[in-house]
Amino acid sequence: MSVTAFLTDATLCIGCKACEVACKEWNEIPADGLVWSGLSYDNTQSLGASTWRHVLFLEQPLAAGPQRTDTKDPLRWVFLSDVCKHCANAGCLEACPTGSIVRTEVGSVFVQKDVCNGCGYCVVTCPFGVIDRRPEDGRAFKCTFCYDRQKAGLIPACAKACPTQSIQFGNLEELEERGKNRVRELHERGYQDANLYDPQDTTVGGLHAFFVILGAPENYNLPPAPEAPAAYLKSAWTSALLSAAVVFGIACLAFAF
Amino acid sequence: MTSFGKPKPSEERLDQIRRAATDAVPPPAPARQPAPQGQISGRQSYYGLPVLKAPVWTWEIPLYFFLGGIAGVSACLAFVAHLFGSDPALTRAALWIALIGAATCPILLIADLGRPARFLAMLRVAKIQSPMSVGVWTLLIFSGCTFFALLGNELSRRGLVSPFVIGISWAGEFTGALTGLILAAYTGVLMGATANPVWSHNRRALPPHFLAAALGGAPAVLELIGFLIPPTQILGLTASTVETLLGVHFELSRVPVNAPLHRGKSAWAFRMAGVLAGPGALFLRLVENSASARRAAAICFLAGSLLSRYAWIWAGVASARDPEALFQMQRKA
Repeated sequence: MSVTAFLTDATLCIGCKACEVACKEWNEIPADGLVWSGLSYDNTQSLGASTWRHVLFLEQPLAAGPQRTDTKDPLRWVFLSDVCKHCANAGCLEACPTGSIVRTEVGSVFVQKDVCNGCGYCVVTCPFGVIDRRPEDGRAFKCTFCYDRQKAGLIPACAKACPTQSIQFGNLEELEERGKNRVRELHERGYQDANLYDPQDTTVGGLHAFFVILGAPENYNLPPAPEAPAAYLKSAWTSALLSAAVVFGIACLAFAF
Repeated sequence: MTSFGKPKPSEERLDQIRRAATDAVPPPAPARQPAPQGQISGRQSYYGLPVLKAPVWTWEIPLYFFLGGIAGVSACLAFVAHLFGSDPALTRAALWIALIGAATCPILLIADLGRPARFLAMLRVAKIQSPMSVGVWTLLIFSGCTFFALLGNELSRRGLVSPFVIGISWAGEFTGALTGLILAAYTGVLMGATANPVWSHNRRALPPHFLAAALGGAPAVLELIGFLIPPTQILGLTASTVETLLGVHFELSRVPVNAPLHRGKSAWAFRMAGVLAGPGALFLRLVENSASARRAAAICFLAGSLLSRYAWIWAGVASARDPEALFQMQRKA
């Protein structure tokens, strides 16, 4: 099986949330509250243990643009369906002390729920704030990249349910190429701020779920330069071992005195 | 509009969801002109919502950091005291502290798990790249080492002196000291090697900070059970001095990512903890060399270093909730 990926295109998303619904239903994820957030039409707010697709509703100022309006303060409405990035160097996978989180043959990062004991370490080592512990269950959950469907030769439920091909699924290299072409095309069409969000030059080393976005990644709560926490191990352990040696020395001095 | 029947995961159902979405929403208009950047909310982030998830650890974990550190350095002191020919009672007491600590730690760790019944899943694998896995195995080996060290010492005390008994005493004490130091230090790595901004930013300062707490905590417990000897005083003074210096360091590192150490609930807990373990305990030790002053200093230090573990967790929670500080940190780097 080849390495697969998601290309999620903000310029094609219409904010219908079919992906959210399809994901919830296919994966039989429990409801996690009905909240009126007041933040545009986004009442989901973020990815979490029971939300594996999340549609963002960005309201941006717009002088003149694709959505023409005669009101005083015209705005640009941008939607994006966020998802687990299935990092090439995944913080959660490295940190998992039980080996519950594994890399599958399709390159995705998968939590084996029969192994997870809910230690919560993946929660603080995900640089994207994706994985979380489900309070009523105790274990950590996130997007499975529809591993069950992929194994059966089907495309993930969100991609299948997406009515505008904003969520595209396929081979990793192919989709990377498609994403770059799409950005080029958008630039030609006047969207100068279109860009591909796929941080390959950080320790995360690229994503298996990347995004075509308009504007800065920060506006989508996507970290501009995410780091895989394993990158911090060397400096932290060096400091720990040096300090431990010093503590041993101090103890010796105290008793030799 | 397509009617939604009873939801059933199937291919037809996914098609139905797509059709419903297509029916409901008109397609977007084609693009015409370049669009400016920014958000009308006035923030860079998405409505100021957190980017990262806050740590889910509850009260057990900071308490574990505190007890594990004391147990670890206690085992180290037991070995060093034995090495330099101190009172055997001191070695025994320190080993008892280490063993009681080592026995309490797993209870706290298991209680914090989302699925406590599955704690043995931790022992399926040993992962050097996971500080938590390293910590679990260190704690396990440490418990074994201190058990045998204490067994050897207790047998010697009862007159059962044989080369074997002396052997397991020394071997247990030595390995207990080594693993104990790792046990006291790794918790700093555990927090430092995460995506949490305030923790990872301070990854080099966290291990010495945690070790300093353990270096002062172990002799403080020994003082409280009656070992008011010069070495415990020296260790207490050293640890409080280090705590004072680290407190000054944290107070002066005024970068946005350190805001949880300077503002809000976590900052006040952090500062109070720093004052208790640092200048507070130092003052009590320097002002008067009496038994009561030393006991007061020991209690002051223990309270400070325990509060400090909690303050670090609260700081992590506050840090995870601040998307702008995260962006600033990443844009700078």
